[in-house]
Amino acid sequence: MAGPLIKIEGLRVAFDGAPAVRGVDFAIHRGEALGIVGESGSGKSVTWLAALRLLPEKAVVEGRVSLDDENLLEVPVERMEHLRGGRVAMIFQDPASALNPVLTIRRQLGEALALHRGLSGRSIDAEAKRLLDLVGIPDAAGRLKSYPHEMSGGQNQRVMIAMALAGNPDLLIADEPTTALDVTIQAQILDLLQLVRRETNMALVLISHDLGVVAENCDRVAVMYAGRVIEEAPARDLFDAPRHPYACGLIDALPTLDAPRRLVAIPGVVPDPRRMPQGCAFSPRCAHAAPACLGGVPELRRLEPGRRIACARAGELDLQPAAVVPPVEIARPEVTA
Amino acid sequence: MTAPLLSLDNVTRTYMSRKGLFGTPVGVQAVAGVSLEVRAGETLGIVGESGSGKSTMGRMALGLEAPDTGRVALGGALMPALGTADWRALRKRAQMVFQDPLGALDRRVPVARQIAEPLEIHGIGSPTEREDRVRQALELTGLSEDHGRRFPHELSGGQRQRVVIARALITDPELLVCDEPVSALDVSIQAQVVNLLIDLQAERGLGMIFISHDLRVVRQISQRVAVMYLGHIVEEGTAEEVLRDPQHPYTQALVSAAPTPGAQRRQRVILTGEPPNPAARPTGCAFHPRCPVAQDRCRWETPALSQIGPGRSAACHLITDTPSAGMAAE
Ligand SMILES: Nc1ncnc2c1ncn2[C@@H]1O[C@H](COP(=O)(O)OP(=O)(O)OP(=O)(O)O)[C@@H](O)[C@H]1O
Ligand SMILES: Nc1ncnc2c1ncn2[C@@H]1O[C@H](COP(=O)(O)OP(=O)(O)OP(=O)(O)O)[C@@H](O)[C@H]1O
Ligand SMILES: [Mg+2]
Ligand SMILES: [Mg+2]
Repeated sequence: MAGPLIKIEGLRVAFDGAPAVRGVDFAIHRGEALGIVGESGSGKSVTWLAALRLLPEKAVVEGRVSLDDENLLEVPVERMEHLRGGRVAMIFQDPASALNPVLTIRRQLGEALALHRGLSGRSIDAEAKRLLDLVGIPDAAGRLKSYPHEMSGGQNQRVMIAMALAGNPDLLIADEPTTALDVTIQAQILDLLQLVRRETNMALVLISHDLGVVAENCDRVAVMYAGRVIEEAPARDLFDAPRHPYACGLIDALPTLDAPRRLVAIPGVVPDPRRMPQGCAFSPRCAHAAPACLGGVPELRRLEPGRRIACARAGELDLQPAAVVPPVEIARPEVTA
Repeated sequence: MTAPLLSLDNVTRTYMSRKGLFGTPVGVQAVAGVSLEVRAGETLGIVGESGSGKSTMGRMALGLEAPDTGRVALGGALMPALGTADWRALRKRAQMVFQDPLGALDRRVPVARQIAEPLEIHGIGSPTEREDRVRQALELTGLSEDHGRRFPHELSGGQRQRVVIARALITDPELLVCDEPVSALDVSIQAQVVNLLIDLQAERGLGMIFISHDLRVVRQISQRVAVMYLGHIVEEGTAEEVLRDPQHPYTQALVSAAPTPGAQRRQRVILTGEPPNPAARPTGCAFHPRCPVAQDRCRWETPALSQIGPGRSAACHLITDTPSAGMAAE
């Protein structure tokens, strides 16, 4: 098998001395779909924004991001601009931040098509219309003349997807691509992304809080907590039998379509990045914490083929889903990261 | 029975946008005649097609936008005209949690100050009281004081959304319109926010409109659910009934398409055809071009929203089976 399309090694990101990503590794092959789920603020977006060099100057980024043989963190700026939107495209979490409010949809799509596909004039209009049709925007020709504020939240989200597909990317990073869409359109968009994947062998990174969406669309899933990957497994295995207590807590917190019940939130809050707890970052909130959990940050270890877990007790725990278990108190000194 | 906290009576809203070579304005009918009621202490969930007018309806419910026709009343009194002193006084009684947190926040101002803003606008409390309330609001929504000192772009998507919720709650409103409030949150924090909203409602008798694409969350938080399609309500009833036993073919597709983690995957109703275009509404039932069971009359006759059981209504010929004459499409 050929090497991975993109490989992230030892990625670390800090803002003003506060680490947001603390050593993340990913390898993604052509045609593969990797899902990323996890705590809000755990570094899912920042990991990929760093990989594409889209973070502000003050962000301190370390590590290596290889796209085939090129280290994206070191290529010249012009080269990066060429790759971004071309070989690698990203759909951003906030449509408002990615679309320019004073330009029409045609201008914005047209720029991408001119830059990455060398199109001009009439062929831009035709291709822009085709892309809007593809993502299911009604009245595509008319909509090209609209401004972002004249569209609904979901319509803007689909415009961004069209823009990302404009450059025929090898890798698409989709950060919450369908949250503003109703489930029938969401299903159509996700089917479209799967089709593009099959036809062009595009690799997909799908960042989402919707565990159902991730389960149905990804081969592999990584769970992030406090700037690190804490579990990685084939999608089916992860949702059927999570092995890390945090992953288990996430799955338990899911509401169901059946009778309402008090939702089970994981007790406690995410640690302050400047004052990380000793040992495992999740241990202060964990129902299974033991003295062993304080002995250093647990490594992401391979437990079974295709499955990696960062938990000191991974081998010995038998996690029972859907139970409200309070965290275990263990005496701990405060440590600064 | 007491008067509802909020009532919308046959409201419509059409946006004009300039299109085409000679800039002839085209009307986009975002809301095409919607009536609904929300009582104190009750949550009405709104689900439906993207672009079906949910956010527009929500803005009208709060008086942020005036309907072209129809009436909006809060606490039994008609919504005062936009921008008047009465209208401003009412703004603190009804608040909105917006769909797009970055768009709702000012990039140049630390978020704690933005959370305090409604208190300043309405002249509530002394500076120290305001500070206390901001601290409480931050804590209530699971944010630290350090988060409060940051600018919006220095927070994660979920943290930003909690800022918006904190700001909406700070004036102790009676009515809260939440537009996709939890879709940017991880499921554990989602659970916290949903529990928080449920508790606040029980404590303060808050009335809520909860707009979301996540049917599971809607099921969790709403007593009643209304389903919108192209500016109309096409089905309404208790959350239990509508989501367990949907009657309208669009609702059926919606419920069947809800993704589930884990092995079991239900049979999906896959919709085909063009998504709807409010600028060129199909004749007859607006859903007919995508409806798997459409019949001939659905192409020509618009079905009215009619009662199909106690507290339950739907707009579909195949369910009601009573011809509704004279409602042909515009
Ligand atoms: N420009 C910035 N300056 C300072 N801190 C930042 C900046 N951007 C992000 N952060 C911080 O980095 C951490 C990781 O943020 P990130 O956006 O990656 O979270 P996420 O996992 O994508 O969360 P969500 O699910 O809420 O989108 C957060 O604590 C956030 O506050
Ligand atoms: N200011 C505006 N000018 C022109 N058209 C508008 C404007 N605001 C909304 N629209 C149109 O009105 C219709 C309804 O929009 P609205 O935002 O209410 O939909 P929604 O149901 O909230 O959708 P979503 O689920 O995607 O957020 C859409 O077709 C949209 O394009
Ligand atoms: Mg994010
Ligand atoms: Mg909306």
